[in-house]
Amino acid sequence: MQVPAPFEYARASTVDEAVALLERLGDTARLIAGGHSLLPMMKLRLASFDHLIDINDLHGELGYITVTPDEVRIGALARHRELLESDELAAVHPIFRDAERVIADPVVRNRGTLGGSLCQADPSEDLSAVCTALGASCVIRGSGGSRVVPMADFHRGPYETAVGEGEILTEVRVPVHARAGSAYAKVERRAGDWAVVSAGAFVRLAADGTIADARVGLAAVGPNTTGIPGIPAALRGRAPAEDVYAEAGAIAAEGCDPATDQRGSADYKRHLAAELTRRTLRVAVSRAGG
Amino acid sequence: MRVTMIVNGDEVTREIEDRLLLVHFLRDTLGLTGTHWGCDTSNCGTCVVWLDGEPVKSCTVLAAMAGGHEVRTVEDLAANGTLDPVQEGFMQCHGLQCGFCTPGMLMTARALLDRNPDPSESEIREAISGQICRCTGYATIVRSVRWAASS
Amino acid sequence: MTTVDNDLKPVGYGRMLRKEDPRFVRGRGRYTDDVQLPGMLHLAILRSPFAHARIVHMDTTAAAALPRVKAVVTGADLAGLGLAWMPTLSGDVQAVLATDKVRFQGQEVAFVVAEDRYAARDALELIDVEYDVLDPVIDARRALDPAAPVIRDDLAGKTDNHCFDWETGDAAATAAVFERADVVVSQDLVYPRVHPAPMETCGAVADFDAVEGRLKLWSTTQAPHAHRTLYAMVAGIPEHKIQVISPDIGGGFGNKVPIYPGYVCAIVGSIVTGKPVKWMEDRSENLVSTGFARDYIMRGEIAATRDGKILAIRTHVLADHGAFNGTAAPVKYPAGFFGVFTGSYDIEAAYCSMTAVYTNKAPGGVAYACSFRITEAVYLVERIVDCLAYELDMDPALLRLRNLLKPDQFPYMSKTGWEYDSGNYEPTMRLALSLAGYDDLRREQAERRSRGEIMGIGIAFFTEAVGAGPRKNMDILGLGMADGCELRVHPTGKAVVRLSVQSQGQGHETTFAQIVAEEIGIPPADIDVVHGDTDQTPFGLGTYGSRSTPVSGAAAALVARKVRDKAKLIAASMLEVSVADLEWQKGSFSVKGDPGAAVTIQDIAMRAHGAGDLPDGLEGGLEAQICYNPSNLTYPHGAYICVVDIDPGTAVVKVRRFVAVDDCGTRINPMIIEGQVHGGLTDGVGMALMEMIAFDEDGNCLGASLMDYLLPTALEVPDWETGFTVTPSPHHPIGAKGVGESATVGSPPAIVNAVVDALRPYGVRHADMPLTPSRVWDAMRGHAQPPI
Repeated sequence: MQVPAPFEYARASTVDEAVALLERLGDTARLIAGGHSLLPMMKLRLASFDHLIDINDLHGELGYITVTPDEVRIGALARHRELLESDELAAVHPIFRDAERVIADPVVRNRGTLGGSLCQADPSEDLSAVCTALGASCVIRGSGGSRVVPMADFHRGPYETAVGEGEILTEVRVPVHARAGSAYAKVERRAGDWAVVSAGAFVRLAADGTIADARVGLAAVGPNTTGIPGIPAALRGRAPAEDVYAEAGAIAAEGCDPATDQRGSADYKRHLAAELTRRTLRVAVSRAGG
Repeated sequence: MRVTMIVNGDEVTREIEDRLLLVHFLRDTLGLTGTHWGCDTSNCGTCVVWLDGEPVKSCTVLAAMAGGHEVRTVEDLAANGTLDPVQEGFMQCHGLQCGFCTPGMLMTARALLDRNPDPSESEIREAISGQICRCTGYATIVRSVRWAASS
Repeated sequence: MTTVDNDLKPVGYGRMLRKEDPRFVRGRGRYTDDVQLPGMLHLAILRSPFAHARIVHMDTTAAAALPRVKAVVTGADLAGLGLAWMPTLSGDVQAVLATDKVRFQGQEVAFVVAEDRYAARDALELIDVEYDVLDPVIDARRALDPAAPVIRDDLAGKTDNHCFDWETGDAAATAAVFERADVVVSQDLVYPRVHPAPMETCGAVADFDAVEGRLKLWSTTQAPHAHRTLYAMVAGIPEHKIQVISPDIGGGFGNKVPIYPGYVCAIVGSIVTGKPVKWMEDRSENLVSTGFARDYIMRGEIAATRDGKILAIRTHVLADHGAFNGTAAPVKYPAGFFGVFTGSYDIEAAYCSMTAVYTNKAPGGVAYACSFRITEAVYLVERIVDCLAYELDMDPALLRLRNLLKPDQFPYMSKTGWEYDSGNYEPTMRLALSLAGYDDLRREQAERRSRGEIMGIGIAFFTEAVGAGPRKNMDILGLGMADGCELRVHPTGKAVVRLSVQSQGQGHETTFAQIVAEEIGIPPADIDVVHGDTDQTPFGLGTYGSRSTPVSGAAAALVARKVRDKAKLIAASMLEVSVADLEWQKGSFSVKGDPGAAVTIQDIAMRAHGAGDLPDGLEGGLEAQICYNPSNLTYPHGAYICVVDIDPGTAVVKVRRFVAVDDCGTRINPMIIEGQVHGGLTDGVGMALMEMIAFDEDGNCLGASLMDYLLPTALEVPDWETGFTVTPSPHHPIGAKGVGESATVGSPPAIVNAVVDALRPYGVRHADMPLTPSRVWDAMRGHAQPPI
C-alpha cells in the first residue's frame, strides 16, 4: 500500500490549541479530521506536510448541530453521518439528508466532517454545493478572534479557501426560513464516485405562493462549487411551474463551466446542470409547500 | 512517538512512526492480519475495523489518531470460541469466496445489525456500498446478513 | 432454482458449506502479505512516469544512503546478472527493470530494499532518473503507421510495431456465403481495455538460502508449478531447489497468471541481501502495470437470409497487446480461444483475421475471467446477432432460437475447428425466457415506451470452451496442460488429496473433497485438500480459464477410482470372494446378494496398512497418483437475460433484473456454482457500465486508482436470478464442465444488448462499453462514439 512521507503528528484538544499549533507551525502544518481526502493525497504523494494536527478531539466542542427558528449552526467537526441522521436538520433543510445519502459511502461518512469537506474545496464536493444553495456562511477563527465569510466568498479556487494561515473553520451557519424547501440531486457513474454533476436548490415561497427567493449550487461544473447568480433574479416573483424550472435549468447550463473528463463530456455536464437544476427546484418547491 | 490504544479489549502501547497507518499498526505491529487492505484511496473497504464502535477504513486513519481510542477487528468477533451470527451467516449463505474482503464486510455487517437488527435488502446494500467484493456479486452477502438478522 | 442439499446426500455432490470458510470468517486466512519472516526486508519499485522514454542517466546514491535502506538495484545491475529481461508466457521478452527505454507508464525502472515498507517507499523519491521523452504510440489504429515510433527496438531488426497476424476459418467460403446472402450487417465494436483488479494486489515473499541454494517463494500465483519451472529457466536455480507457495489468494481472475517483474525483483532482492524480501504492489501499481484484459477493436459482419437464418460470420480484429506480448495463452493460440466467435449457432462459414500490435501500454491481454479471449468472441457474436435482429426487425430471442445448434448436431465441429462436446441449447434458452417472463417484459416495455420511459431487455446466449487442454495442441512455453493429482487414504480412513491447481476463492478445498468423496465414499469432512505448494503437490498448470474442474476435477475423480479399484481387490480378499462378486455402494463393498457381508472403505484402509499379508501382487497402502490429459475442452453454455431502465433525463442505466441460466454439465456443489456465476455477472455490470483503463494522448493511465477505475458496488447490481440445465460432458469422467468464467463471458453482451434495446426508439443499433451516463446520453442523441 502507498504510505505518506514522514511528518510529525500533533493533537489539539481545543480550538485554541489548534489555532496555537497552526500559528506555531505555519504553512508546514495541516489540520486533519476525517482524513479521507487528505490522507489518500498524501499516500499518493500528491501532497506533503511536515506536521498534521489531529482535530478529532474537537468533536465535543464542534460536533454540534443546533437548530433554532432562525438559524442552523453546525460545528465544523459534525460528521457526515450525523448530518445524515439528524431529523431536526432534515426537517428544516432536507437538502442535507439528500446530499449525505450520496456522499462517499457509509463507512467514510462515519469519519468525514462538514468542515473537512468545505475546506478540501474539491470542485466536485457536495456539501459546498449544499451550503452555496442555502446561502450559508462560514465562521473562521484565528488567534485574533472569529470572522464570518459568506459561502460565495469561501472558495478561492480549486482546493483553496478563505481560511488563512493560523485559522480554522469552526462553524457553518445556515438561515432558516418559513415556507422554504430544498433538495439535492447528484449523477454519479457509480455509488461513492465523485459527482459527474450535482445540484442543490433552495426555494422560499412568498405568502401568495410565488417564489420569493431561489438559489442553486452546482458541483463539478467548474473550478469550484458554484452558485448560479442569474437564477435568483430570474425566479423571484414567478409562480412555480415547469417552464420556470426549465428556464432556471437553461441559466444553470449556460452559467457553468464544465470540462470534459472521464466522468463525462462538457456537453453532457451542461445538460445535467439544466436537468438537475430543474429536478431539485421542483422538489424544493414541493417541500416548501408549493 | 508512543501510542496507546485498546485493541480488541486489550490495552496496547507501542513506539511507532508518526505516519504509521492504523491498518499497518494492526497488521505489522500487532500481527493482527485478519484486517486486509486493497487500495490506497479508501475506496475498497477491505480494511474496515471499528474505531470506538464505528466502522472506519483503517488505511485512512493514522495509528496515532487511534491513540486513546478503542479498536475492534475481525479477530474479536467470535466470543469465547462462539462465532458471531454474521460469521455464521457468511458461512451458511456463501457470503465469501476468496475471503479477502470478508473481515471488512463482517465488521460493517455487525455494526449495521447493532443499530438496525432487522435491515432490509436495500439497507444492507447501502451499508456495504463502500466495500468492494470481486467474487460474490453481493447477493449472497446480503443473504448472509439477513441470515444473521433472523438467527 | 432449488438445489439438492448435501444433507440429504451426505457424501459427494450437493450443496455443502465450504471447508475453507471457518478460517476466513475468523480473519485467519493466510495471504501473501500476512507472511512475516524473521529479518524480513521490504521491496518497493520505482516506475516510469512516462509511456515512452529513453533512460539517459540514473543516480541512486541518495536513495542508497537513506537510513534503513539495504539495497538499490537498477536495470544495469540486473543486466550484469543476465536478469534484465525475462520471457513472457507468449514467447516474447519483457524487461524486469528497464535498461534502455521505458515502454509504458508504470514500467519497472529500479527497486529498493529496506527494513520496512515506509523507508523503501521514501527511498524511491531519492532515485534520480533522467529521461529523454519519446513520442508514444497510444492509439492501436496508428501503431502501424510508417511514421510511428518503433517501440520494440530491443528486438533485432524490428522496424515497426507489428506483433503478429493470425487467421482462422475459411476466407473464400465465407466470402462466397456473404456474396449470396439476402442480408449483411456490419458493425464496428470495441471491447475496451479493462483490468481484473482482484482485491488483493500481486506480491511475493522471497527467501533465498545461499547455503542450501534453495529458494522459497510465497507469491500470489494462480499457477505455482508453472511459475516454479519458469523461475528455474530464468534464474538458473535448479527446479528441485525452488519451492513456490501460493497461500490464500485474494482473488485472481487471471491477474495472477503471469510472472511479473516484481516477483523476479523480490527473488533478486533476497539473493542480494541474504534476507527474506517482501514485495506487495500497491493498487496503482496493480492497475497500471499488471495484466490488463481485452483491448480488441473489432469489425463484425454477419450474413443471413431475410427470414433470419444466420449463414456466416466474419470478423477482423485489431488487437492491442501493449509494450510486450504478455498474453497468457497456449502457445499455438496467440489470440487465445477467440476462434469460437461463431458462438452457439448453426452457420455455414466463418472467418477471422487479426492483426496484433505493440503500443506504449502495459502488457497482458488474457485475464479477467476471459476464458482465453472468449469474452471478446462472445461479445462479438452476441452483439452482431442483435444488430442483425435490429435490421431484420426481428425479436432477438426468436432470432437466436431459430439459429441455435440442435442436440443432434453434437459433438459439433465448428466452422473454425472447435469440437463442441455436448449441448442442448433450446431448453436453456426457454428456461431463461420463462424465468424472466420474457413476453410480459416485452409488453411492459411497450407500455413504458408509450409513456416516454426507457426500458430495455437484452439477451445473450453463449458457448464457452474451457479446460485447457489436450497436450497434443495445448502448452504454455512448452509445458503441456495436463494436471497431476495424488490421493492418499490413511490407515484410519481419512484421506488427503493433493492438487496442482490453486484456489483463488473458487472453493477447491470443498469441491475437490466432494469429487473424491463421491467416488470413494469417504465423507468430504474426512478429506483434506492440499494445494498451492509445489513441494506438497504434483505438477500441473494451475487455475485459470475455468480449467480446474475440467482438468484437475477429472484427475481427482480418476485418482479416486484408481484407489477404489485397489480397495476392491483388498475387499475381495477380506470378504473371501472374487472381485466379480462385489458391488459398490458409496463407501463400502458388499457381496452381491448378501448386503450384510460388507467392508467399508475405512475397514479397507486399515487393512491396506495393517498386519498380515495382502493378496498376491498387491503392495501395502491405499494411494494413487495420476496425470490427466483431457481429450477435449468442455463446452458449457448459458442463456442470460438482462432488464435495464434508463433515466431519460440523466441517461443513468439501472440494471433492474438479471436472469442467468447456466449449463455446466454435472453440478458438484450448486452453492459454489451459483457463487461463481454471481461474481461473473457483477464483472459484467462493471465492464458494461463503468470499467475502463483509459489513457490520455501522452500515455498516462487514467485508471490508476480505484477512484478512477470503478468497480461495481452492491448498489449497482440486482439480486441475481439463476437457473440451470444439465448437459454432461461426454468425455469428462464425471460429466462436469468449467463454470468459473461463464458469467463474465456471457453477461457483458446481455447488458449492452439491453441498453441498446432500450435505446431503440432513439435509432441506436450499437453503443460501445463502458455505457456510462455520458456515453449513453451521446448515444441517445445519435452521437455514440467508440471509447478509444
